[in-house]
Amino acid sequence: MNFDPRFSGRNFTSVGTRPIRPDGVDKVTGRARYGADFNMAGQLVGRVLRSPHAHATIRKIDTSKAEKLPGVKAVITSTDLPDLTDGDSAMYDILDNCMARKKALYDGHAVAAVAAVDARTARQALKLIEVDYEVLPHVTDVDEAMKHSAPVLNDTIFTEGVEEKPTKPSNVTKRTQYGHGDVHEGFGQADFIVERSFKTEQTHQGYIEPHACVASVSSDGTADLWVCTQGHFVYRQHCAQLLGMEASKLRVTSSEIGGGFGGKTHVWAEPVALALSRKAGRPVKLVMARDEVFRASGPTSATSIDVRIGARKDGTITAAEATLRYSCGPYAGMWAELGAMTAFACYKLDNVKTVGYEVLVNRPKTAAYRAPSAPMAAFAVESAVDELAKEIGMDPVEFRIRNAAQEGTRSSYGPVYGPIGIGPTLEAAKNHPHMKAPLGKNQGRGMACGFWFNFGGQTCTDLNIGMDGSVSLAVGTVDVGGSRASLSLVAAEELGIAYEQVKAVVADTSSLGYNDMTDGSRGTFSSSMATISAARNAIKILRERAAQMWDIPVDDVVWEKGHAIAKGEKYGNLAALSLKEIAAASGKTGGPIAGHSELVADGAGVSFATHICDIEVDPETGATRVLRYTVVQDAGKAVHPTYVEGQYQGGAAQGIGWALNEEYIYGKDGRLQNPGFLDYRIPVCSDLPMIDTQILEIPNPNHPYGVRGVGETSIVPPLAAIANAVSNAAGVRMTHIPMSPPRILAAIEAERGG
Amino acid sequence: MAGVAVSTTINGDNVEYLCQPDETLLDVLRDRLGLTGAKEGCGTGDCGACSIILDDRLVCSCLVLGAEAEGRRIETVEGMAHGDTLHPLQQKFLEHAALQCGICTPGFLIAAKDLLAKNPDPTEEEIRFGLAGNLCRCTGYDKIVRAVQDAANVMKGA
Repeated sequence: MNFDPRFSGRNFTSVGTRPIRPDGVDKVTGRARYGADFNMAGQLVGRVLRSPHAHATIRKIDTSKAEKLPGVKAVITSTDLPDLTDGDSAMYDILDNCMARKKALYDGHAVAAVAAVDARTARQALKLIEVDYEVLPHVTDVDEAMKHSAPVLNDTIFTEGVEEKPTKPSNVTKRTQYGHGDVHEGFGQADFIVERSFKTEQTHQGYIEPHACVASVSSDGTADLWVCTQGHFVYRQHCAQLLGMEASKLRVTSSEIGGGFGGKTHVWAEPVALALSRKAGRPVKLVMARDEVFRASGPTSATSIDVRIGARKDGTITAAEATLRYSCGPYAGMWAELGAMTAFACYKLDNVKTVGYEVLVNRPKTAAYRAPSAPMAAFAVESAVDELAKEIGMDPVEFRIRNAAQEGTRSSYGPVYGPIGIGPTLEAAKNHPHMKAPLGKNQGRGMACGFWFNFGGQTCTDLNIGMDGSVSLAVGTVDVGGSRASLSLVAAEELGIAYEQVKAVVADTSSLGYNDMTDGSRGTFSSSMATISAARNAIKILRERAAQMWDIPVDDVVWEKGHAIAKGEKYGNLAALSLKEIAAASGKTGGPIAGHSELVADGAGVSFATHICDIEVDPETGATRVLRYTVVQDAGKAVHPTYVEGQYQGGAAQGIGWALNEEYIYGKDGRLQNPGFLDYRIPVCSDLPMIDTQILEIPNPNHPYGVRGVGETSIVPPLAAIANAVSNAAGVRMTHIPMSPPRILAAIEAERGG
Repeated sequence: MAGVAVSTTINGDNVEYLCQPDETLLDVLRDRLGLTGAKEGCGTGDCGACSIILDDRLVCSCLVLGAEAEGRRIETVEGMAHGDTLHPLQQKFLEHAALQCGICTPGFLIAAKDLLAKNPDPTEEEIRFGLAGNLCRCTGYDKIVRAVQDAANVMKGA
């Protein structure tokens, strides 16, 4: 059935209200079941042995002693996960990351795994596995890894995207370039040029729930997997491919998810758990410990970025250029490319050029982290933009407004923008009371902008109407932060019924068609589009049934406010039929009533935000305190405004942690020194102020209600906004994230000494 | 290794179990007694997701041995509601959307209950420091603090 996704203005009844979420009571009473809260009869405990070396050849693994330990039911190595990837290099990398094959490529890389009757036996068994390593030179720093003298992680990698194919392998997997115009000419027109180099350290998504799954492979070749994931359909595909199963034989159920932020979009432990279960012939539960989460899952890229921006005296940017180097861990990625695409996306530029380099290092495989790669690029660009505004003598907000992209602007990464929110968020920030509030001694204010593409993708949704007129909504996008409430609101809106009449669930992979995962801020955007489509399909059937009950042509039946209405004076005596009445009669009018939807949710509207923050810096210690924080972001249409605010606040808080404190610290031996929440310190309640939010609604023309994704953009501006605030407070430009007290103190002292 | 027989009180009920001497109270609650409301986020007492109240004291159950619960009184999130009536903190967490993923929520509810038992009228700063032992990665804490403030007001009026 043709579905028209275009925006059409309407007065909302349910959308825009703030009801309690349907999964709420279970979550405040402890009943909600997360990854580790599920058990099966006869289940074994799985544990993974990890490399203590950053880079080592695995000469031999002897598992015989472990296998003989009473209570051990299976021991596996890479030989139990044979290569079935058939030349698919991305899948091969996933396989190799799940279980090292020839080389251990980072501290924490899985090399073997056991399943035993209890945790203690499993731990003992790991100690009995003998791995013969040949330790190799390693490199963990992104700039060091690019040098010719650096140890090469993978000698089959020859840099792609350069004009002449290199003759030697290197750690640079790919070069990408974006932009238009002529930057050389643009810089020639500039009266002022700012040029700076920046670094950001590696951070982790820091979800509180470690990765957890229960795998059960049966002797008939079917299997079940219970797992905390952002995308159970993708996990099914990847696991099935790696284990040589048909996807339909593997049912994956997504548990409640205790945070993901991009980190639960990749399989790590799940193929291992399935392989253990297959070998042991019993269900296996595999839960990562926190140090494993830090050492082996997650992290974002560490980066090194050079930026050059030129402008005329009147404040017009004439040219902008950036070189971005992003660490990928030991496998190829497209992290620098995303940085190169997003770096200047906020601005209207005639001459722009960005170049990205993907760099292999002996660190865990880089995973997506909320608007992946954009925060670091924004940190570098927005810091330079602030500095340039100062040199010109313009207010930083006015300078940005003057150069902001608008509808019709050709973006720095190619496409021409439709209606967008960068100008409006800047205007709102300019007029916000926060901008005019007085500052005290050692306090500084900073602001910055951020951009994220947003994603749509494949989506499948079922809407089933019960005989009692209640509605079951089955979606395939994992609910990471309240989307079941939002999607219930959308179903209620479209059907014209009460929110309480709808119950949304996340269906397993055997109950619904394929869905892409909840990433790219797509959960509510794409599944609301599919829900609207499914509801419209159901309404068509409801109208047909009403027409049948009345014995009139269906074309004379319209749907309004949850009722079928016979249109025209000739039907004056026909009382409207409610959804409930039509549902009650459904057994006699053709059976169950349902609406289905399968679509590719194209047209995810791009998203922009502007953040303002005040920071106090103690010049004696370098310690910082966040005094005030304001987020302004375009939501297109806020379906459940409280959860939209929550996304804004959560992204800002993660950005604050990244900007001020969080970083992976590696020793000279290439081992991670802070794989725990004590030493990798994420912001706690007493570190933060209230986070003020302002939701702008500039409708996305490609969604019936104007919805845009809202989840990710909020982490893009904070690094830069805080760096600008700290730089203003301390009187010295900060160029290295995180701005931990020692770094700030060193910068202040260097400025004083210099 | 021989099990240790333990007799204790959990949410007002007498409970007996056998546990290993090196087994944490968190593992006993979750794996032996099926009380999975307390979560393991770190296992090292840094995240507060496993918070329980032990004889009127807020503790991380991952840092307590199962054997140490002998003769003690344990309160977990499963015991907060009275029948189908939610505790005011639970209700306010829902109304303020003080949870997104919800994994930290049981720990925050227990920590907030302990805080309000000791300080029924806390300032924002006292709430922030009172809950500083619990990590939340989703919310930025704003709505959690507001929910606790609101619950404190309701409980004072009750």
